[in-house]
Amino acid sequence: MSHLTDIPVALENLPSTHNVTPLLNEVRHALQALLTTGEATQIDLRSIPLSDRDVAQIQDALGVGEVEIQINALGPSMIKETTFAGVWWVEHRNSSNELTGRYIEITPVPDIVPSAMSDIQDGLERLNRRVE
Amino acid sequence: MTTRKDLTVGEALRTQGISRRGFLKFCAATASMMALPPSSIPAIAAALEKARRPSVIWLSFQECTGCTESLTRSHAPSIEGLIFNVISLDYHHTLQAASGDAAEEARHTAMKENDGKYIVVVDGSIPVKDGGVYSTIAGMTNLEILKETVAGAAAVIAVGSCAAFGGLPAANPNPTGAVSVSELVKDKPVVNIPGCPPIPVVISGVIAHFLTFGLPELDNLGRPKAFYGTSIHDRCYRRPFYDKGLFAETFDDEGAKKGWCLYKLGCKGPTTYNACATMKWNNGTSFPIEAGHGCIGCSEPQFWDAGGFYKALAEPTGNFTTTAGVAVAAGAALGAASGLLNRNKQKQAGAEHETVTADNLEKEQTS
Repeated sequence: MSHLTDIPVALENLPSTHNVTPLLNEVRHALQALLTTGEATQIDLRSIPLSDRDVAQIQDALGVGEVEIQINALGPSMIKETTFAGVWWVEHRNSSNELTGRYIEITPVPDIVPSAMSDIQDGLERLNRRVE
Repeated sequence: MTTRKDLTVGEALRTQGISRRGFLKFCAATASMMALPPSSIPAIAAALEKARRPSVIWLSFQECTGCTESLTRSHAPSIEGLIFNVISLDYHHTLQAASGDAAEEARHTAMKENDGKYIVVVDGSIPVKDGGVYSTIAGMTNLEILKETVAGAAAVIAVGSCAAFGGLPAANPNPTGAVSVSELVKDKPVVNIPGCPPIPVVISGVIAHFLTFGLPELDNLGRPKAFYGTSIHDRCYRRPFYDKGLFAETFDDEGAKKGWCLYKLGCKGPTTYNACATMKWNNGTSFPIEAGHGCIGCSEPQFWDAGGFYKALAEPTGNFTTTAGVAVAAGAALGAASGLLNRNKQKQAGAEHETVTADNLEKEQTS
């Protein structure tokens, strides 16, 4: 047994914090803002007191949409569009697969997805060395 | 020639083969660590890109090494670990390979090369009774080492309740005359990160804050407001039960099984300011209240002498069932008010070295 997740612990079904409905309303307003002003919003779910049951309820309410992206950088990140276009469920994990961030992002595409110019430049240099 | 020490944080991460996506992920975790909103991530990325790696001298005095354990046993390898890769930890006598004269030489070299710019981290209290003879390192008292090291520092971070407030060594009757860092250091900024131990991401969060935006905003006890700005009670997932007047009366009754509020079982959540309820412990698994035990208030001054861990702060008053609607609506404000009242009771109990029980408070109210 070398890892915390190897320890067989059954989590109690924690009570609801009643934060689910206000949070869904926040998503609703953010989506409206995205449509009218183009402003993107990120909600840090770990900064809000939520029980496991609340998180499951929010996930159920948002559902799973058309796009799923996995990024492998400093550990895996899973980025899923929900059934509401423009509302993304984003989870970052470290290389030990431990959760380091959980966000709802309201944006056409989360910032972490497109390739960065600095990485494109670095890639071009590596390709040049390979081909020349 | 650019040495490793001259690299900015951004450059140091790139030399480790970390892509822009990895860097953004690192910045997102850093924002979360500093309790800043995700909208601050671009500003953090820009600041970290340019920040120089600071020299850190870590002094361990009257302590149990629990604070170092808290930090080094956290996620490994981790985002916090990366923060530690980007600082230059030049002296830490538990972790460094050098010993004896070579170790002390490392401290003197770091102080000379980074005069006025290095950060001093202290864990443990400092004994001052009888000339400070109760704790010495390399023939020097803790008091002498602290004075010598702090002289050229940019800032001091007091890690753990012992360094921040005196902690267990200063508990009544305090045989060694243990005091906190801020009682001795008056001419440098001192950031207190109390907790027994503190939450690891709070330690690295403060260092990340220093790297990006300088020293964080502090409360009246020298604690960063970002992490110690709200009470455990205000952010507790059991809070709705407090507002409804639903309490566990014993550790094995129906209320305990249903996850009701632990206030009557001595939970110090209302008087304790810390980030446990949101940051959590053991890699974000849970925190004491989630495991079914009340908060013991370990990040508050004199927590060891502040009455029994299982004695209620005060008996909750008022008709909770009929005022629940109002209580939920005004939850945070009410919590703050009850926190203040309870804090006064706790302070009084500490001063008189008496325990406050639910029974004697009830008597007070009816008399």
